Amino acid sequence: MSFIRDTWIIFRRSMVLSLRQPLWVVIGLLQPILYLTLFGPLLQTIAATSGFQGDAWQVFVPGLLVQLGIFGGLFVGFGIIAEWRSGVIDRQLVSPAARTAIITGRTLRDVVVITVQAIVLVSAAFFMGLRVPVGALLIGLVLVALLGAAFSFISNAIGIATKSEDALAPMVNTLALPILLLSGILLPMTLAPAWLQMVANFNPFKHIVEALRAVFLGQFDAPIVWIGLLLAVVLVVLGAWVGSRVLAAQTK
Amino acid sequence: MKPQSHPFQPIRRLPAALIAVPNNDNEAQVTNTIIEAKGLKRSFKARGAKGKTIDAVRGIDLSVREGEIVGFLGPNGAGKTTTLKMLCTLLTPTDGSATVVGADLRRDPVEVRRRIGYVSQAGSTSPEAKVGEEIVSHARLYGIDKQVAIQRGKELLAALDLAEIWDRTCGSLSGGQRRRLDIVMGLIHQPRLVFLDEPSTGLDPQSRANLWNHIRKLRDELGTTVFLTTHYMDEADSLSDRILIIDNGTIVAEGTPAELKKRVSGDTITLTLRTEADAARSAEIAARLTGADAPVSEANVVRFHVPDGATALPVLLGDLTKAGIDAIGVDVNRPTLDDVFLTLTGRSLRD
Repeated sequence: MSFIRDTWIIFRRSMVLSLRQPLWVVIGLLQPILYLTLFGPLLQTIAATSGFQGDAWQVFVPGLLVQLGIFGGLFVGFGIIAEWRSGVIDRQLVSPAARTAIITGRTLRDVVVITVQAIVLVSAAFFMGLRVPVGALLIGLVLVALLGAAFSFISNAIGIATKSEDALAPMVNTLALPILLLSGILLPMTLAPAWLQMVANFNPFKHIVEALRAVFLGQFDAPIVWIGLLLAVVLVVLGAWVGSRVLAAQTK
Repeated sequence: MKPQSHPFQPIRRLPAALIAVPNNDNEAQVTNTIIEAKGLKRSFKARGAKGKTIDAVRGIDLSVREGEIVGFLGPNGAGKTTTLKMLCTLLTPTDGSATVVGADLRRDPVEVRRRIGYVSQAGSTSPEAKVGEEIVSHARLYGIDKQVAIQRGKELLAALDLAEIWDRTCGSLSGGQRRRLDIVMGLIHQPRLVFLDEPSTGLDPQSRANLWNHIRKLRDELGTTVFLTTHYMDEADSLSDRILIIDNGTIVAEGTPAELKKRVSGDTITLTLRTEADAARSAEIAARLTGADAPVSEANVVRFHVPDGATALPVLLGDLTKAGIDAIGVDVNRPTLDDVFLTLTGRSLRD
């Protein structure tokens, strides 16, 4: 199983390098807490609107978790461009390592970083008043990890395909903005006019957010939960496919 | 050199199958071909223009024998790096075939990867990573055990005068140290063939000379075959046993540095005489030398080319004495590789 071995080697190297940058680890951990403390209080009144069910934390934390998965993954491409520039990617491509391991190992590191951030986020939310079943939290973490993996694959793939921060930045923003606006992460889509709701229905992340909110309300057997998880898995598969295609194309 | 002080000694104690064959062991091994390429071609899609392609490499044949240092010389954009990347499996050839260290480049690129080392001009390490970590993680990708990787890595570092850098971050090294570390990374799996892409680009003169010594040592002491690209003629000249000159995607000449210089432009002989009349008569005499081209006279100076200045000079001076002409100055200039390139392509390498 050289793929698993190589993925592990690449993952370990990336993980060690990430941990060597304590500033980034701290910033990464601080971000979700900033969201909770500076944005959470605003939500207390919004949660009372008719669009949402449950208390502010049950509405807000699922949105934040999904957002963390998306944005935590989307920006990792900058790192792989730097690695390519210092010759590390070519060095690994010229070794007998499994091609897909070169991207999967890095994505795995991103998943670990994002999951740790998610754990910090839900722990902080717990202290601020979030009360949900442990099972809901676990499903939330799995969902964040899946989204992080999907977007890390895609961001790494774009990074390695374009090899330019100037190309990656607008692409990431173009991708992120409609996803965020049409997902109902910050405001419920039920407040939107009918046409906007229609458009939002095509955004898989709207359903993923809804799935996680249902879980946080204890509705584990709601069909939306399965739809959300399935969508997340599909996204990971899609991202992995794009990622390995791009990696293989590097030597074409 | 005393065998005890052999810098690569520890590596030689490894199983015979892992060790590159030293080039002076016996005749049969010296003539082993380690790279054999036929009609290697690479074209890229032109950006913007539909269906248009740019031929970066237009059908290259080349063969490299085990134990050689071969310099691949050409101006920027000639197709050096493209050819190198094809031979290293980083680019799939559009056409043609090659065998690299016994493995077929197209059918078995993974086996080629196992058997070659590649040192890119972009480097090989992250600035934040520690030297030892990079070496060990790279070695692990070749299936090398961690303990073996540490031992081998430290030995290689010591051999390249980098003994004390194991725990330092790669970004804290000097340019020359970092380049030598790249070579250590490329050698960690003990390949019989190593590719060096523009090894001395960006180094100061002292680091360059030092690097060249290490590259020579690599071949002389480990028997590693070295294939290097360069656009510096002095680098190709002083390092290579054999040079391939590439221009515009094709190989335009090949040979030892001495052969190339002799074949293409010959040596320049410049005679300075007392009078213009002496110069005119000397020009006539010089023109009769075997292989000489038409001499050019300017006032009392005559300049012409002969295939080999060292053997032509005594004959010329004898003829001049017989004719009663007294030369007051003689200069023999050996051609540089730049002269060679100029004669071959009509352009200077420096362009």
